[in-house]
Amino acid sequence: MNDHSKMMIDLCPVEGVRTAGEGIFALSFSSAAISRSVRPGQFLNLRVEESRDPLLRRPFSAYRIDGNVIEVVFNVVGRGTAAMRGKKKGDLLDVMGPLGRPFDTVSLGYDSGILIGGGLGVAPLPLLTSSLKKEGKQVVTFLGARTSAVLVTEYLQDPHIATDDGTRGFHGTVVDLASATLRAHPLSRPRIFACGPTPMLRAVAAFARAEGIPCEVSLEGPMGCGIGICQGCPVETAGDEKRYALMCKDGPTFDIRTIKI
Amino acid sequence: MARTSFLLAGLELKNRVLVASGTYGYGDDCIDMADPAKLGGLITKSLSLKPRVGNPPVRIVETAGGMLNSIGLANIGVHRFVKERLPFLRSVDTAVIANIAASTVEEYCEVLRILEGEDGIDGFEINVSCPNVMEGGLTFGTNCGAVADITRRLRPLTKKPLLVKLTPNVTHIAEFARAVEGEGGDAVSVINTLIGMAIDVRTRKPVLSTVTGGLSGPAIKPVALAKVYEVARSVRIPVLGIGGITTASDALEFLIAGASAVQIGTANFVDPAAGIKVAAGIERYCDENGIADVGSLVGSLDVGKGVSILDSWL
Repeated sequence: MNDHSKMMIDLCPVEGVRTAGEGIFALSFSSAAISRSVRPGQFLNLRVEESRDPLLRRPFSAYRIDGNVIEVVFNVVGRGTAAMRGKKKGDLLDVMGPLGRPFDTVSLGYDSGILIGGGLGVAPLPLLTSSLKKEGKQVVTFLGARTSAVLVTEYLQDPHIATDDGTRGFHGTVVDLASATLRAHPLSRPRIFACGPTPMLRAVAAFARAEGIPCEVSLEGPMGCGIGICQGCPVETAGDEKRYALMCKDGPTFDIRTIKI
Repeated sequence: MARTSFLLAGLELKNRVLVASGTYGYGDDCIDMADPAKLGGLITKSLSLKPRVGNPPVRIVETAGGMLNSIGLANIGVHRFVKERLPFLRSVDTAVIANIAASTVEEYCEVLRILEGEDGIDGFEINVSCPNVMEGGLTFGTNCGAVADITRRLRPLTKKPLLVKLTPNVTHIAEFARAVEGEGGDAVSVINTLIGMAIDVRTRKPVLSTVTGGLSGPAIKPVALAKVYEVARSVRIPVLGIGGITTASDALEFLIAGASAVQIGTANFVDPAAGIKVAAGIERYCDENGIADVGSLVGSLDVGKGVSILDSWL
């Protein structure tokens, strides 16, 4: 069970949908109860239609909290996200949350947070940034994307940018950029927080291990229920014995020492 | 106020809505969002003798109006269940039915014996849709003789209600229900998931790691309803209807088709309070229609006077 905050279902009035990048949208809705309790790295499970098709909820990281208003970012990739894009102010959205294990920002023994995001893996980083700043940590951010048009750089602290096609910032992967920068300018007692596609997270984990930097990653993948009852989102745990954690309940954030990545 | 309670082979259920095995964990995961005491009963995730880690990813995929799953009976095993999860279930004021999965008849018996000795288990539901290791991995559930044999061997081990959950992946499901009835089973749960699959056309690979999986959700409701109708006409023991029920109206269809009670499965994934809402909706329907006992709806299908026109079609 999630010990961090009580999960709930709330019918939330939609505030609006805005464009955040090419083909990228931010949907905002208000919920006093959920906005109060959600923490960086946790997610919300949205029921995008009242009908039975699409049937399942869709999980999204909490992107921004402003008072009672919660924002999530998404690409339109299928029926669920197409429906989200069509939401209008005042529509009611059925939201379950906050769900999952947040990033461990309160652990002792680090002075600087290294945030690494790839594509829409940027989603949990704004909330994480403000939380780390509140705790007086130094924040260094690396953000990568396929091309400059799909970079979402809002609410981040001076992000170092990488694009696969070189249209903005460093021409290459965000992990190459981060590792070169951090090797040239080491930080005092760092801790890495990363979110993005699995190949990127693997590269982040390899870098963190090589440098001996503590590292948490936020995984994404198909989930059924978001609360651990369907057992549909296994993540293989570290160790010789074959075991699975659940992405939704034990994650989505994991210390890289605890999983096979 | 309509009477909602139901006596299932001597076990009193508050109402005729239970949550299905594998869709409600061990009862404690959803406690923030739904009070299990408002359910007629709670059927646990399948329990096996030894813990099972389950199948590798990908285990689930959404389909039109439903989902495929291939969880692989991941569970903590009966011993850890008794030690770690049963204390919570004892504290919940609802009927708790333990679902048992096994690869041999002996294993079914062993798990049932362990649970029979524990307070807090009010009945058993037998999952016969597991591969039978003794017969080279063929599932028990598609072999009528094996289903009869399991029921015969388990029956003397308990006086509590003994339910058998039937697979629809057979030619005549009613024969299986009759076999359960003939061997002293108290009820049948109809239906388990339908075998299905999905393919990623970009890679030409199956989406699920096990290639095929079990289809559930609203997509299977018409099939489940027809199976319940078929079984209910063939046996005298109660039928627990299951398959794609998300609303009270869905549940009423199953009762009218002949189910004595219903189980809510996939709908719990979308709303853990789905079962509570269904139970409340059934009661409201009865009150609005002057029905004194929900039980009077069971098997009340009127097939004699032509077909009724559904408003929802218009």
